[in-house]
Amino acid sequence: MPEKNLKRYWRTNLSYLAILLSAWFLVSFLCGIVWVEELNTIRLGGFKLGFWFAQQGSIYAFVIIILIYIRLMNRLDRKYNVNE
Amino acid sequence: MDLQMWTWLLIAITFSVYIGIAIWSRAGSTKDFYVAGGGVSPIANGLATAADWMSAASFISMAGLISFSGYDASVYLMGWTGGYVLLALLLAPYLRKFGKFTVPDFIGDRYYSNIARSVAVFCALIVSFTYVAGQMRGVGLVFSRFLEVDITSGVLIGMIIVLFYAVLGGMKGITYTQVAQYCVLIFAFMVPAIFISIQMTGNPVPQLGFGSAGADGVYLLDKLDGLHRELGFDAYTSGSKSRLDVFFITAALMVGTAGLPHVIVRFFTVKKVSDARKSAGWALFFISILYTTAPAIAVFARTNLIETFSNKAYSELPGWVANWEATGLLKFQDKNRDNIVQYLADPVLNELTVDKDIMVLANPEIAELPNWVIALVAAGGLAAALSTAAGLLLVISASVSHDLIKKMIYPKISEKGELITARISAIAAVSVAGYFGINPPDFVAATVALAFGLAAASFFPAIILGIFVKRMNKEGAVAGMVIGMLLMLYYMMRFKFDWFGGGSEEDWWFGISPEGFGTVAMIVNFGVSLLIAFLSPKPPEEIQEMVENIRIPSGAGEAYTH
Repeated sequence: MPEKNLKRYWRTNLSYLAILLSAWFLVSFLCGIVWVEELNTIRLGGFKLGFWFAQQGSIYAFVIIILIYIRLMNRLDRKYNVNE
Repeated sequence: MDLQMWTWLLIAITFSVYIGIAIWSRAGSTKDFYVAGGGVSPIANGLATAADWMSAASFISMAGLISFSGYDASVYLMGWTGGYVLLALLLAPYLRKFGKFTVPDFIGDRYYSNIARSVAVFCALIVSFTYVAGQMRGVGLVFSRFLEVDITSGVLIGMIIVLFYAVLGGMKGITYTQVAQYCVLIFAFMVPAIFISIQMTGNPVPQLGFGSAGADGVYLLDKLDGLHRELGFDAYTSGSKSRLDVFFITAALMVGTAGLPHVIVRFFTVKKVSDARKSAGWALFFISILYTTAPAIAVFARTNLIETFSNKAYSELPGWVANWEATGLLKFQDKNRDNIVQYLADPVLNELTVDKDIMVLANPEIAELPNWVIALVAAGGLAAALSTAAGLLLVISASVSHDLIKKMIYPKISEKGELITARISAIAAVSVAGYFGINPPDFVAATVALAFGLAAASFFPAIILGIFVKRMNKEGAVAGMVIGMLLMLYYMMRFKFDWFGGGSEEDWWFGISPEGFGTVAMIVNFGVSLLIAFLSPKPPEEIQEMVENIRIPSGAGEAYTH
């Protein structure tokens, strides 16, 4: 693969990582810890929302984040023809 | 059939399955032994990773821990799952592309230095040994509680089983037994949870059940918060730890998870880079089933516990209470001699002490579930402990036979010789682990946090920088790992073991507990590594090329020539 394509492939990968890791930080550290008291004033059925994020929501979100990553990277690999 | 019969039966069945798989999947080469031949499918690897990851502590103790600390225990839930996002996005695909056998392999090759390799071997051994001792102890506990044999015999039986399939099958044997063990442990965890959820809320999905209302129409969590307030405890859904400390502990557990060698090495076993990503996704999916159920069990068990005991006459307590009193895990002391159980937050007036491990083990009895469900929990606990122990033992034996002997001491060793060495080191590792299981040193409980802190402070930055910063050289990486690790050890020893002057909570730096300090040590490692790297010469040309090569997925198969 030419040098320039390699650079572009890597840069796109890094931007995916930046976005997905921000989501990772948001659902756990922000919604589950930093903002937990504010979110606890909102109810989700029997759950206080902050508590729900800390013990349930963040974990679901982690699974979804990895799923999105797998799809994005498989597409990117095909585009730059670096898949196996 | 009585409980004893059911327990023996289920344990006999599951153990024969594990042994059968071990015989079927014997390792014929070092590649089989270290990475299962490199041909494991992403789903199988995901299942095996999940079983490898979920230890006796996850299975037996975690729900109880959540039960007693409510919101504060969220650090474990987020910390031990969020690490998989880091693994999937930042480590697994690149390490798979690199395509060697162990974590010290990567550190040693990427930093072209046997010093870096030795530091990595040292960290891998410390982390794995502290962790494995707890697993053998878990095996002993389950045996002694459910089968009424003493802990020593329990540990010995466990050792023989692990020896059999780890020594014979290596990674290949371990992988496929772990697939079976995941099925056993998740079934054993979910069946009682579903039963109890239906009993208490009418909802068969525990994850939704604990956010629903009970028969009296009050939301379960509101009821529990109310009960807690009445008895003087902190509200269940809000914590008592400082926000900053919760933040740092969660981060340390996440990063530590992503840096644990027995987890990382699992991603060397799949065929290609895209499979490594996929299997990280599967692993977290399988793990999340247990991790989202545990907080539900915690709430059910906590409510049940309070309702069973609080202000009830001692003579009218259900029959299982006496069984657990006999084990010493449940204690009632009638301080004011009124024959009524006062369960209160105030230690002076409180009359009931409950060990947290009871919450999962006794839950089926508390909910009056049939005997086979109770026996199932024993089999599940054993599956969880054995699978994790085996994974750790493999890391230890690979560190010795591959990283130490083949790569450093005696490089000319033949393939056959290396395989024999690997098997002998596995036997030695099981024996040491078994010894610690029978005679647990006091520091075992304290050192699990140390294992995560060390992994966070040493491996994680070295691997991340090795992949994402081409300029990173051996001077930077070695300095970072050594300083990060020493800082972590110092802080742990000072505040956990009272060495170097000791100190209480007021002396913690920035109010961060030893459990959360891994995050600080990791940040220091990153800082030191980068600073030194930019002050010293660039890494050699071929190393920079290697980094370029790790970053693109194609050609992972070729990288396998060893």
